Amino acid sequence: MKALVWHGTKDIRCDEVPDPQIEQPRDAIIKVTSCAICGSDLHLYDHFMPGMQNGDILGHESMGEVVEVGPEAKHALKVGDRVVIPFTIICGQCEQCKRGNFSVCERTNRNKDIAAKAFGHTTAGLFGYTHLTGGYAGGQAEYLRVPYADATHIKVPKTLTDEQLLFLSDIFPTGWQAAVQCDIQPDDTVAIWGAGPVGQMAIRSAILLGAKQVICIDRVPERLDMARAGGAITINFETESVIERLNELTRGRGPEKCIDCVGLEAHATATLDAMYDRAKQAVALETDRPHVLREMIYVCRPGGVLSIPGVYGGLLDKIPFGASMNKGLTWRMGQTHVNRWTGDLLRLIEEGKIDPSFVITHTVGLEQGPDMYKVFRDKQDGCIKVVIKP
Amino acid sequence: MRFETERTRRRGHPDSATDALARGLGWFSIGLGLTELFGARSLTRALGMEGQETLVRAYGVREIATGIGILASEDPTPWIWGRVAGDALDLATLATQLKGGNRERENIGIAIGAVAGVTALDILCAQTLSQESATPLAPSRDYSDRSGLPRSPDAMRGAALGSVHIPDDYKTPESLRPYPLH
Repeated sequence: MKALVWHGTKDIRCDEVPDPQIEQPRDAIIKVTSCAICGSDLHLYDHFMPGMQNGDILGHESMGEVVEVGPEAKHALKVGDRVVIPFTIICGQCEQCKRGNFSVCERTNRNKDIAAKAFGHTTAGLFGYTHLTGGYAGGQAEYLRVPYADATHIKVPKTLTDEQLLFLSDIFPTGWQAAVQCDIQPDDTVAIWGAGPVGQMAIRSAILLGAKQVICIDRVPERLDMARAGGAITINFETESVIERLNELTRGRGPEKCIDCVGLEAHATATLDAMYDRAKQAVALETDRPHVLREMIYVCRPGGVLSIPGVYGGLLDKIPFGASMNKGLTWRMGQTHVNRWTGDLLRLIEEGKIDPSFVITHTVGLEQGPDMYKVFRDKQDGCIKVVIKP
Repeated sequence: MRFETERTRRRGHPDSATDALARGLGWFSIGLGLTELFGARSLTRALGMEGQETLVRAYGVREIATGIGILASEDPTPWIWGRVAGDALDLATLATQLKGGNRERENIGIAIGAVAGVTALDILCAQTLSQESATPLAPSRDYSDRSGLPRSPDAMRGAALGSVHIPDDYKTPESLRPYPLH
């Protein structure tokens, strides 16, 4: 089969690789009908996340049709079922899964020891996202092996299009969880850093959850346009002072809720801390560039909430934790517990309250995948979300 | 502020770096001009150009005028190109002093090196500015109708409430909710 394969920094190719096989009784194989490139895949493209190996198949946003089912997954799946595959692999049986903390499933990461060394305890296995999270093959391919498939799937109706459903795999529940983590109240201002795909979903989620005012911070004109279409007031951080504008829009109090949809590759320009991060990262003294976190801590209203769906990978420097402590901020973060939200979100799509396909700007075949990584990374051609049809 | 176009890397973005470089060159121009205007005698002595103080002062006036032009104009591009032309004039003047007989040939060489360095910066700045636009270009694609919502965002505000379940562990603990003061 064909698949998008990681060969090194900024080196992704569309290769011919062996078809996946059923390896465990709970496995299933799906024929991928649609998959997408996620912003967090760019951290792998740029090689900011450790644990990638030459030959790894990428992709963690996929959906398709079940073509083979292992004997212990047959109670939940049958050939022909249409499924969206969540990016977190879950067993559905461990203590964390039973609590709904699916992204920290205790069983599915087959490289638990490495993860425990890095993070203290293991997190869930993820598709196509480093050997720290199990080294599982990803879904930017014609076929995908789904481990623990009886739990790791979302069955979807055939009445909706792939484009409407695909993002249940990651960005829609991720934006939703980011907003839910804020426990939005009717008079809240929610400030969202990053107008990429997750930021766009977080904006709509905050609106649907009743936020009085949603503000989005980015610098890409097309993305800011899309954010305004979704109901956000926008701040272009290249032409305006984020702190001044946020204080102005909140009568000097700061936003009650702040969401970081940027993560470890913040592109702050002309700020001292951004230059500091760049320099330290260049000599491997820091892994992440946490400009957004610093700004959120500084501007958030005392007693407010910081919600962090943006991916961080390692060590962060110069975090003003004293400000956070003294202001009594609440931090909520984590990879998304996808299956915790997908029931509600599928219903919202079915009821027509949201159509997540609005975010798709490019649709290509697998062969164009490697080029689209570059287009997406460089935000060329108005690129916000790439869907791949294998 | 200048904005990037199709001819530069990041279409539509403001280019604050080149803007800052242009301003820096403007201030440098004024500083150099004042030095040439009021320190002409020392300069000509250091360069072995005694007797040409009037020429150096004239160059100083040119530098100050160019610097003010860069800092005061909305579009510094022509003024930066003006600096490039001035650099050529400076280099030509210095080159004529390399001929035999000038006892300060070493200082002339240093001055030529310094002017050449600044000329490179001037050319880089002028070329970049020439490829940019004074106003931001419209977004390359129009996403202003991509709301993803069936009605206006205002009409959809809170539309999910009541039909979705917010788990208790995602709600603000009662102890942190607004406290009624007595």
